[in-house]
Order: sequence, then C-alpha cells, then structure tokens
Amino acid sequence: MSSTVRDTSTSAPVRRRPWSSLARFRELPVAIALVALVLFTYIQNPLFLSPQGTKDLLLNATIIIILAVGQTLVIITRNIDLSVGSILGLVAFGTGTLFADVPGIPIPVVFLIGLAFGGALGAVNGLLVTVAKVPALVITLGTLYIYRGLNNAWAGGKQYFAGDRPAEFGSLAVDTFLGFPIITLIAVLVVVVVAIYLAGARSGRDLYAIGSDPAAARLFGIPVGRRVFLAFLCNGVLAGLAGVLYAARFNSVGATTGTGMELDIVAAAVVGGVAIFGGSGSVVGAALGALLLTTITSALTALRVDKFWQQAIVGVLILAAIIVDRLAALRTARRLRLSEARDD
Amino acid sequence: MTTQSHDATSTATPLLALRGAVKTFGPVVALADGTIELRAGEIHALVGENGAGKSTLVKILAGLYHPDGGEFTIDGRPVSFRNVGDSKAAGISIIYQEPTLFPDLTVAENIFIGRQPRGRTGLISRGAMRSQAAELFARLGVPIDPDRIAEGLSIADQQIIEIAKAISLDAQVLVMDEPTAALSGIEVDRLFAVARSLRDRGAAILFISHRFDEVFALSDRITVMRDGRYISTQDTADATVDGVVRQMVGRDIAQLFPKENAEIGDVVLEVEHLTRAGVFTDVSLTVRAGEIVGLAGLVGAGRTEVARAVFGIDSYDSGAVELGGVRLAGGDPQKAIEAGIGFVPEDRRKQGLVMDLSVARNAMLAMREKLARFGIIDGRTERARAAEWSRRLQVKTGSLEYAVSTLSGGNQQKVVLAKWLAMEPRLLIVDEPTRGIDVGTKSEVHRLLSDLAGRGIAVLMISSELPEVLGMADRIVVMSEGRVTATIDRVDATPEGVMHAATASHATAPTVSSQEGAA
Repeated sequence: MSSTVRDTSTSAPVRRRPWSSLARFRELPVAIALVALVLFTYIQNPLFLSPQGTKDLLLNATIIIILAVGQTLVIITRNIDLSVGSILGLVAFGTGTLFADVPGIPIPVVFLIGLAFGGALGAVNGLLVTVAKVPALVITLGTLYIYRGLNNAWAGGKQYFAGDRPAEFGSLAVDTFLGFPIITLIAVLVVVVVAIYLAGARSGRDLYAIGSDPAAARLFGIPVGRRVFLAFLCNGVLAGLAGVLYAARFNSVGATTGTGMELDIVAAAVVGGVAIFGGSGSVVGAALGALLLTTITSALTALRVDKFWQQAIVGVLILAAIIVDRLAALRTARRLRLSEARDD
Repeated sequence: MTTQSHDATSTATPLLALRGAVKTFGPVVALADGTIELRAGEIHALVGENGAGKSTLVKILAGLYHPDGGEFTIDGRPVSFRNVGDSKAAGISIIYQEPTLFPDLTVAENIFIGRQPRGRTGLISRGAMRSQAAELFARLGVPIDPDRIAEGLSIADQQIIEIAKAISLDAQVLVMDEPTAALSGIEVDRLFAVARSLRDRGAAILFISHRFDEVFALSDRITVMRDGRYISTQDTADATVDGVVRQMVGRDIAQLFPKENAEIGDVVLEVEHLTRAGVFTDVSLTVRAGEIVGLAGLVGAGRTEVARAVFGIDSYDSGAVELGGVRLAGGDPQKAIEAGIGFVPEDRRKQGLVMDLSVARNAMLAMREKLARFGIIDGRTERARAAEWSRRLQVKTGSLEYAVSTLSGGNQQKVVLAKWLAMEPRLLIVDEPTRGIDVGTKSEVHRLLSDLAGRGIAVLMISSELPEVLGMADRIVVMSEGRVTATIDRVDATPEGVMHAATASHATAPTVSSQEGAA
C-alpha cells in the first residue's frame, strides 16, 4: 500500500474504442431496414418513389412520428402512455368543433388551443402516475377509456368534415416546401428540438437516468416525480399537436378518431430502438421506426401483398427489432468483458 | 464502558457533528442516540454489530432520513436536510456498499449527471464532460474509459466512479459504507490509497467496516455503536481489537432466549467440505436431532449461501450433503423437501410467502401435492389442516381466509413455519428467523424453535444477532469470508469469542473447539 495516487496517474490510458461510437447508433439497424425496404420496393415498382408517392409516404408517417417522439419521452423514463390515441381523438374533434363554432378563428390560435388541450390531458396522466404511484400502464389504460368516453359523449354521432374548415388549414397537408409537405416539416422540427433536448439538456439526461434506475435516481436527488410529470405533459402537448394536424390531414373527425393508434405508436418506438424498460433510445430512432412501419404498409400495397399479411409483417418486425437489440447488447457486453480482461 | 470525553480530543470545531440523533419507525427505534463527530483531515471508522444503527446514521447524513431529534451541525452551524440535494450541497458524498450507477449511461455522464458541463450554447458539452472525467481518473490512477456505459463494470470500478464523483463535487465529507465488502486485496489497496490522499487534502472520511484489520490500518479514530446508541470514540492508536469488540457486544444476554434442554439424538444433517467457488470454501458441519446449531457470522460471510446450497436452491462445486446418512443430490429443492428438509428464508415477504394468498393457502403451500386428489386440491382438507397448524403455532389472524399480507411480521413468520412443519421435516433451516419482528413475538418464535428441537427436529439457525445465537444454539458454527472459522459449544460460547471468529480473516482463524458436535 505504498503507492500514492499521483504516482500512477501517468499510466492511465484512456482508450477510445471503435465500438463505443458504433454502439451509440442504436438506430442503425432500423435505418438500414428502411433503406433496404424502399430500394427493394422501388426496383419492383418505380412509381413508389414518384414525387406523389414520396409525398404520400411522408404524409402518412407525419402524425405517427410526432406521437412516437412524445411516447419516447415517456418510455425513456420507464413509463408508457397508452392514452395518446384518445388524446389525439379529443383534440382532433375539438379542432373541428372550433372551426365550426368560431368562424374566422385564426389558425395559430387553433394550434395553441390544441396544444394546451393535449397538454392538459397529458398533465392528468402525469399527475396520476406521479402522485398515485400506480404503474403508468394501468393509469393510462384507464385514461384511454375515459378520454375516449368523453369524446363519445361530446361528439355523439357528429362528424366534422374538411369542408367545415378553412382552405388554408387543409392546405398545410397539401402544400410543400422544397418538396416536403408543411406538416412533415413540422414533424421534423419536433424531432430535432426534442432530440437536442434529450441529448443536450441536463433535465433531458435526467429522463434517461430515471429510466435506467429509478431508485438510484432518487438517491441522487434527481426530482423524479417532476421529470416524469414533465414527460407526460410534453407527450400530451405533442399528441395535441398531432390531433390538430390530423384534422388538417384527414377529411373527417369524430368520436372514433385515433382509436387503436396507441399500439402503433409504441410499436414504432420499440422498432426504432427505444428500450421498453427505459433508459435508452432516441427520438430519431423512434421517428425512423414510425417511418419504417408506415412505409411497410405502403410498400406492401405497392407490391400488391395481401392486406391481411401487413399486420403480421409489422409484428415480425417488432420481434426482429427486439432480437437485433438483444444481440447488439450481448455483443457489447462480451466486448466490455474482454476489454475488462485486458485492463487487468 | 470507556466513553472518552469529547473535550480531551476536540480542540477545533468539528467539520461535521451529529449528536443524540433519534430515528424511529412506528414502535421500532432504529437509532436512539446517533452521535458522530468528524474532523477535517481524518479517517473515522464507525463499527458496530448488524443492527447497531450504522446505516440509519448514514441515511441521516445522506438526507434520506430526517431525524426525529438530536442536533446536527456542519462547521458549527446547525443544519437540517430536507432531501438528498441538501446533503450534497453541504458537501457530503456517500458511497454505498452497492454503488448506484445508471447502467445505461456512460461513465462520464454517471459522474456528472445533473451538473454536466455546458458549452456556450447552454447545451451539455460532451467533450468537456469526457475530458474532465478522464482527468479525474488520471488523478485517481485508474484506467476507466469515460465513454463506456456503466453496465457491466466491476464493483471496484463502480466505487472508483463514485469516488471520482465525490471529488468532482469537491466533497468535504466522504462516507463509505462497507466499501470493501466486495473487493479483492488489490482493489482494497487502491481504494485505501485514494482514501488517504483525500484525507491528506483535508476531507473528512467516515469509514464503515466489519473488518478490524482494515479499521485499524486505515482509521485515525474509531466510534463504536451498539443497539442504536453511541458507545464511545477513541483514537485508533490507543484502541485494541479486544476493547472494541467488547464495546460492540457488551450487553447483558443472560435473561434472553433460553433454549430448553432437549435430548440430542443422531446426526441428521452432515455437510462435508462443501465448496462453491468464490462463495464459500470447505464448509463442514453437523446438526443432530433435537439440536439447534447456530450459524453465526457477519452479513456477507456466506451463511445464507451455504443454507441455499444445502437445500438445493444453488448448486455447489464439491463436497457432500447427507441427510440421515443418505447423500442428497444437489441443486434440487424438491428432492430436499422430499428428504425432509424445511427452509425458512431470510426474506419471508419475497421468498417465504405469497403475500396476496390467504393464510390457509400459504400454510399449506409446501404440501399441496399431498393434499391434492387427481391434481385438484381439496379445499376443505386444506382449511382443516391449516386451522390445526395455526392453532398449534398460535397464529393471530381474524380469519384463515385473510391475505397473509395483513398479518404482522411475527405472525407471517409463524405461517412460514407452519408451512414447513406441516411437512413434518427432519431438518429445519431458518435464516434470520426473527428479523424485523417485534420483541414480544420474537420470544414466541424462539419458544417455538426450542419446542421443535424438543420434538427431535434438527434445527440449523442462521442469525446475525449474537444474543439470539448465544441464547438459542447448542452449538455455534461461525463463518467469516466463506469459511468456517470456529465451532463453539454452548458452554464455551462468549460474545467476544463469536465476534472474534466472525471478523477473522482465514489466515488467523482461531479454533475454539473441536469440529465434532456434542456427543
């Protein structure tokens, strides 16, 4: 025990290992799958990548992407929000109602109201999860039905159609900028902002810490409740945004709008490499997952595959994503053990 | 009792002082008089038996527990921590026995979480974070890659990362709660070198350990706690191992837990040279009919692991387990049950009971196959048998149909015992049978165990409570670091003797008595 600490300081090599940069790209497999799928379909059916075809691909993915980004915020903290489809439905119907009941209402105001509405619904989830300390799976399963029930009671048999809304609003989903539909650009903006937040803000990193080990996060003094609440709130806001855009993109909004969407969203996040038990994953991955899932549906149509096969293929993809992820994790673990052995 | 006066030694204001801290949980007093005084530039050892209140004291320092009474000062100013953040802000860093890193985050991020260095944009600068982490590791002389994720790091490396974190926080007080429990010799040396250099820079270090050789090699002063109370503080130079041990165990045990005499019969359990690499080595012991053998030792000595191997939950590498002269195949609890072994685990809530099932269902859980006809359990027989055993063990419950989670700890333990007794075992292994049980019920459990031994059942009792072991056991087998360091007959057993053996390194293992049991 004669060695002092400083004596050994020169012999502390900090090696940069090539895998460490690669390991961070959990999104790689899904990106490769997406490119391969698009190329294969294009070769079989060149119309698939025509300007109109591309635009349709992007438009179909837009709303799922926004929802998957929000869901990722929640899943990273080892929670889940199953009520997003119902939130989207409520906000979409609310948007239709606003345009019908308040003629001439400015579009930005509608957006703001939609975001606030979604945020409020998300905040209810967040409060219930953090205060009641009941698993989010159960809480949001409950709010899924409650929100849907409210939507049913509110809408009844009523539906609003695109004709009830101003033309400029609908054109958000038609007009393009540099070849990209406006609403898709909104989704890209959402992905970029949230990605920067998660990677670069201290509170964003806290979300990963919480999902990685909630007990340790508490021991560290990370405000776990506040952060988790914030994640649910943001998810609600994004679901609200998706709800407004849904009303711009699709013809009719009513009591059943957005039903069953939640599982597509969770599937998109998981396929995109977001770990379902929290702690790792990125919104870029989730967005790629969303794009991949919607592209598969289009591709299978373009390839004239029976519609009944499409869901089965999505299921296979989810399992494949998990298996690839496990294999990658195992390989990393093995390499870590090897490098450990070298250090000794 | 040599409680040294504070005045003789403390000239300057202590860096941290906790005096007379009290912490209770309902009727349970975890800490009756938590007193510790840390000076800048010292390594201060805190020793005491399991349950002496050390962890409670640490949790108060960490801001996890709020004391119900007592005074707490830092630099002479009174403080009151509302949460972990307050404790950190006051310059206290805690390294727990099992470090708490985030497995999915990189090493660098684990050090800086919540206070990552930021660049001009206001966003986290990964480059700065990485280089600061690398600098810390260079200072500590350890080659850890700041970019690797924390998952899969050895305990030693995880502790170094915790220390790096403490240094980067510029911690004035570093608390290490049994940091060496999971470390090898070289790793311990490295940790101690780091601790000494931190001390030399003026930090106060509180070092909690069960290993006396380490306590005496490293510390400047030693504080002893017992039963939630402060006993003494002394300079290490003036202290002796014997003196410290005496203070740790010194308590009147005469009136506690007497085991009634029972007729000792034939050998029921014979464990021969049982070894599981890295866990326990060459463990031999016997238990006879009517005998209670206490398996003593500190937490982590390998006692539970031996019991699990005997019962077949874990496998072993070499050695043999014989029950009534018949060799037991390892690794199969079902076989062990059929051969007549019952096992009452340490954590009854997780391993001993199904908390949501009824008392009756739990009590009959082990014998559901005996109760079943054509694979279906006869509910009426189940209830009748359960009622019979509940009556015999005096389980206090409103109804046998209540969920077992509604019972008190002591009554839950009785249900676990009932479960095994209904099987009419030849050997009953009980692991910490009275942990978390109030004093009144405790003696009932003891009476019960004594009664069982009286009926000719061989009992192997693992216990960390010295009075329990000394009062109940006909023979005491002491383990330390995975080996048997002593086997002591009831008449020869003293608290000091057991504690010496329990803290012995295997090189200096004393042999107090013969390895053979009472004839």
